[in-house]
Amino acid sequence: MKLFEYEAKTIFARYGIPTPKGALATSPAEALDTILETGVPVAVKAQALVSGRGKAGGILFSTSPREVELAVKKLLNTEIKGFTVRSVLVEEKVSAERELYFGVTVDRSNRCYVAIASSEGGIEIEEVAVSTPKKIIKTPIDPLKGFRFNHAKEVAKRLGYSGSRMQNLAAIFLKLYNVAMDFDAELAEINPLVETSKGKFVAADARLIIDDNALYKHPEFKGRLTEDGETELSPLELEARKRGLAYVKLEGNVGVIGNGAGLVMATLDAIQLYGGSPANFLDIGGGASAKVMVAALNLVFSDSRVDVVFINILGGITRCDEVARGILEAKGRIGFLKPVVVRLVGTNEEEGRRILTETGVHVLDSMEEAAHRAVEIAGKRG
Amino acid sequence: MGLLVGKDTRAIVQGITGTQGSFHTKLMLDYGTKIVAGVTPGKGGAMVHGVPVHNTVEAVKKYGANASIIFVPARFAAEAVLEALETELKKIVVITEHVPVKDTIEVIAKAKQRDAVVIGPNTPGVITPGECKLGVMPAHVFKPGVVGIMSRSGTLTYEIAAGISEMGLGQSTCIGLGGDPVVGLGFVGALKMFEVDEHTEAVALIGEIGGKMEELVANFVSKEGYSKPIVAFVAGRTAPPGKRMGHAGAIIMGGAGTAQSKIDAFRKAGIEVAEKPSDVARLLAEGLAKEKHI
Repeated sequence: MKLFEYEAKTIFARYGIPTPKGALATSPAEALDTILETGVPVAVKAQALVSGRGKAGGILFSTSPREVELAVKKLLNTEIKGFTVRSVLVEEKVSAERELYFGVTVDRSNRCYVAIASSEGGIEIEEVAVSTPKKIIKTPIDPLKGFRFNHAKEVAKRLGYSGSRMQNLAAIFLKLYNVAMDFDAELAEINPLVETSKGKFVAADARLIIDDNALYKHPEFKGRLTEDGETELSPLELEARKRGLAYVKLEGNVGVIGNGAGLVMATLDAIQLYGGSPANFLDIGGGASAKVMVAALNLVFSDSRVDVVFINILGGITRCDEVARGILEAKGRIGFLKPVVVRLVGTNEEEGRRILTETGVHVLDSMEEAAHRAVEIAGKRG
Repeated sequence: MGLLVGKDTRAIVQGITGTQGSFHTKLMLDYGTKIVAGVTPGKGGAMVHGVPVHNTVEAVKKYGANASIIFVPARFAAEAVLEALETELKKIVVITEHVPVKDTIEVIAKAKQRDAVVIGPNTPGVITPGECKLGVMPAHVFKPGVVGIMSRSGTLTYEIAAGISEMGLGQSTCIGLGGDPVVGLGFVGALKMFEVDEHTEAVALIGEIGGKMEELVANFVSKEGYSKPIVAFVAGRTAPPGKRMGHAGAIIMGGAGTAQSKIDAFRKAGIEVAEKPSDVARLLAEGLAKEKHI
């Protein structure tokens, strides 16, 4: 789960990481209250759960109350990369002598966390990582030892610091690592980590992504994953999540429903291989019931771009007869609003096939043949 | 004796009294897997499909178990693995999904210290057809044979395994590595096992977007070479960056981990890449025929 910048900063500040003075605003009036505390200039920052916010025009600098008012009006309710902005963070503008990067994330192949630091932080960090990987310092963290002050100091030294600045910087690294561990972070990041002209370090931006599977340890975020405006999901994706379906909206017109993430991905690929374009990813999971199939069909039918639906089921734990009953139930309740191509093999496939064939639904054996058929139908309708 | 599991496997089921644990214990027993005991804290003394249940792993030591399969809920899964490790079990299959990554990282590090192999989490398990099934996969798609399968997926594996069975090649052992971002046994580790396994003549690798496990295989094969034909399939060519495709591990981050980068890496290392799932079996048969020719 992605946290907003203001939430991440609140947490970072609680751990003693210096952050700019400021507050959240949902109206120009609130923003004007805030600048009574901070003074001007300030940064007015759209709170959006997307990356590349700055480049997309989501951060405005204001030097007077009038400008602050205009900036807030401009940013509130606008869309940034598809995300509607409902609040802005108004905070003192930090003058940067240098911009560093520091983050803690999961190193999948080494099966550990890794601390990543760079003396060239800021919005071009991904560029730096590609063009000059030497400037990115990666420190794998031994899961049995953790990241300690010594390790943190070593990183600060490698960034070119010594003396008290090195000590101060290392302390921030250590605090961020503690945030990452305490919050089960997939990513905890300060970018840029600003060094001011006075030699102070400040977290000018903050990102914190919590492992969804660990949310039960953090009851303060309970229910957040399915709340409107609190996730980066599109309306259909949010609707799917509320129903417990793994759904991703794509750009094409062939709706897809399948069981198992790998199989559904391979189904999307097959559609593309035959010249079609998938409208979505939808995994109904293992052991799916008739009820789940009804919900899945409802969801895919409700996407106006969809011209044909391809249902690809390989029965293992999932039983084909159960899936067939779900398809029938959906047909009875909402009707087939669009053509449906079904591929059904595996556990109880004879029974599943019988149920569907009796009511006029044609069932195919081969995934590739079915993908081909779906693409043909989509081509005629699209 | 098959790879990882076989005739000599004596397994315990942790979480045996739950819906999934009990259901699959029955199916594994039907397959001929030796399940010697089950563990569920607080349920000691019960019997599940004729298997005695105990409160702790310690208490089942007397059954001479050498592997464990874990079905316990996500928040207790790490604890269950640690308990198995402390009882000196060296092969641990974690079926449980949604285990927090931090927990997984910790238990894998501890398993490594004890020279134990963790398969998963979020895996369908391991099967050596005709000998032992330690997992939840549908048994009927697998036939005894010569292809070692290693995969990050479930149903897609069954799809490809069925094709390999129909082709008459069958499988030596099929290992589900798990769909999570961090898993115990990876592709390179499994590939090394298949290399020295006398029953395996060719390897099918079923990968997907996210991470760089596939790229590491390509590196390994380029550097060390490999004595058996390998055919790879990578799911997720059409996946957009930043979107999680069902599996927690299937996400393209900052341009890294795309299907194309994996396919390119495989081809560069001389590993055959299948365009479609149904091509895997055919390419394996061709690869094996070529081997025999030489």
